[in-house]
Amino acid sequence: MAEQASTDTLVGRGNRDGAQLFRDWFESLNQCAEQGGQSAYVFVMGSLNEMLKTFDLPVVFPEINSLQTAVRRVSHEYLDKAEDYGYSPDICGYVKADVAVQLNAGKHPMGRIPKPSIAVLTNACNTYIKWAEIWERMHNIPVVTIDVPGTRDRNDYGTIDKHDFENDRRYVEAQLWELIATLEEVTGKKFDIDKLRETLAHANEVSVGWKNVIELNKSRPSLFNALTDGTIYLGVANGFRGSPEGAKFFQELVEEMEYKAAHGIGTLSEEVYRLVFVGVPCYPIFRRFNELFTEWGGTFINSTYLWFASGGANRGFEYSLEDPVASLAEGTLLSVRDAMDSMFHQDQMLEGMIDEFNVDAVVYHPIKSCRTVSTGLADGRRYLTEHRDIATLFIESDMMDRRVVSEAQMKNRIDAFFEGLAARRNQSLVK
Amino acid sequence: MAYAAGVDVGSTQTKAVIIDEQGHIVGRSLIDTGANVVQAAENAYSKALEEQEIRETEVEFIIGTGYGRYRVTFGNAQVTEISCHGRGAVHMFPKTRTVLDMGGQDTKAIRVSAAGEIEDFCMNDKCAAGTGRFLGAASSALDIPLNELGATALRYTKPVRISTTCTVFAESEVLSWLGKGKKVEDILWGVHQSIAVRSFSLMRRVGLDEEITFSGGVARNIAMIQAMEDKLEVTLNVSKDSHYMGALGAALYALDQIKLSRQPRDAVGASE
Repeated sequence: MAEQASTDTLVGRGNRDGAQLFRDWFESLNQCAEQGGQSAYVFVMGSLNEMLKTFDLPVVFPEINSLQTAVRRVSHEYLDKAEDYGYSPDICGYVKADVAVQLNAGKHPMGRIPKPSIAVLTNACNTYIKWAEIWERMHNIPVVTIDVPGTRDRNDYGTIDKHDFENDRRYVEAQLWELIATLEEVTGKKFDIDKLRETLAHANEVSVGWKNVIELNKSRPSLFNALTDGTIYLGVANGFRGSPEGAKFFQELVEEMEYKAAHGIGTLSEEVYRLVFVGVPCYPIFRRFNELFTEWGGTFINSTYLWFASGGANRGFEYSLEDPVASLAEGTLLSVRDAMDSMFHQDQMLEGMIDEFNVDAVVYHPIKSCRTVSTGLADGRRYLTEHRDIATLFIESDMMDRRVVSEAQMKNRIDAFFEGLAARRNQSLVK
Repeated sequence: MAYAAGVDVGSTQTKAVIIDEQGHIVGRSLIDTGANVVQAAENAYSKALEEQEIRETEVEFIIGTGYGRYRVTFGNAQVTEISCHGRGAVHMFPKTRTVLDMGGQDTKAIRVSAAGEIEDFCMNDKCAAGTGRFLGAASSALDIPLNELGATALRYTKPVRISTTCTVFAESEVLSWLGKGKKVEDILWGVHQSIAVRSFSLMRRVGLDEEITFSGGVARNIAMIQAMEDKLEVTLNVSKDSHYMGALGAALYALDQIKLSRQPRDAVGASE
């Protein structure tokens, strides 16, 4: 009896609470917009939410706003609006949906989005820079771009010259102090280093929890679907980073996943194939896209999206509270580098997890309107198949634009892929 | 004698094949798909049965394939045409390792194992460039029947380069070359070469392992075979039944099911 009560309470709690947090978040943004309050526009890769929360600035993630229009099946209205204004069909769908939100005075299916008072971004995505310049022109706001130096060194702290890492960290820290000065000017508030310590402590809980949750999905059967459930958790990891609500959510999510692991509760009644998703989801047919795989007993047990779209929070970096700005610089440097690698050099990360996660196949999903995330996927796939005997599927659609999402073609390819996977499994059984 | 059947409902044409227990084709038919997909599947199947006066009750298993595979309402199961073309090609040409299937709206490059199972595949994406529809546009612009395109194209002397990849714009480009006084056969050969280049690119993505088998409706076009062989620098396997490759593969999968159903229960359990 008690066991059943625990199952009823715990299983699915992350999805329920995550959805509620999301609704609350958008409601608070709506109130902010109605009252003409201040807000900061940021992106998922290097949001610096910790610093913005220190200044009590409501944080808006235009990428999340845009994808929500697709999930709610109205993205075409927003894309049309931006294209009618003059934006090309080839431009990033997230940018165009956001431009339409701005042109519509913040009108969004989840409530009004406040105007920005400041935009804070990193160079993790080249589009971020041009996108923020649009807000700069539209709203005449300060834009702070943190230049995060990249590296091809797989060792976090450098294998060749350890001074390089410290130089890079100090370079980021200097930019954070410039950001602090700008935030003081925009908000009229003095920087409170103890408050930053508080937000960093909450962010630590989120990062550690997020890393744990992803690793717990090594369980067989898998505990959550990285594409569908994972996207809900990801939203919380971004929006509530640095907040007590975010910290509590991830503590409880770990508890839920541990419970499911202990009781063998999986996402499918029969898990036949364990898949990894590489790229950005197909939001215009979000649920259906996933069903095309689950109908064959395939479930996504991990996803590079959970890595790069959380800004590298998946690596579980914990800030030191002794010297918070210095540590925030270190965490930003490591996490954003990790996020950039998840997009362009995910091949070695994937190679390393195939055995650990018992992966049967990898699904690459390049998208028409994002060259940044899609360009390297062909190379990544080639690398992986040359180094591991693993099945892969390369399937193209879009994260926003249903005009380039053809479900019939997609289903044909996915069905053929699973037919091949079944044949492959039969062959290995014969051997 | 038991029979197995495969019905391949394609975007342009529907094909049905009946095979005997040895995998030999004993009945085949090909009709235009038209607007009523369910009816097309039924008609193609009936015609294939009639060819050898096979009764429906003698066919133990039917598999639907092609885009309309779920519209083969009398079928027992569905398999994608990607798997079916691979299986059919290896059955016809056992050393096949790469299949190029060119149909009305799709061109597929498929890498197969010795057993005919799919190892990798790649298709044209989101548009009909490099498919049979491209030839259809040229046929319409030049007012030459589809079945005469190949022979006409092979009379080329100074081929033109078709630069557009869009099937819709191809018609305009063909007309513009006509306006510049180019010969029909030179334009047509350019069209075939343009398709060959796009198909070659697809094939390279899955890996170009010999032998290569050419299937689908466009494999009946002699200029297309020539253009592909020029580009690939190999001789392609082409059967007079290339058009039926998908339906044949479906029938072979159906035959597997018949054989499986006849195994003793213990043997079936052991193979699972």
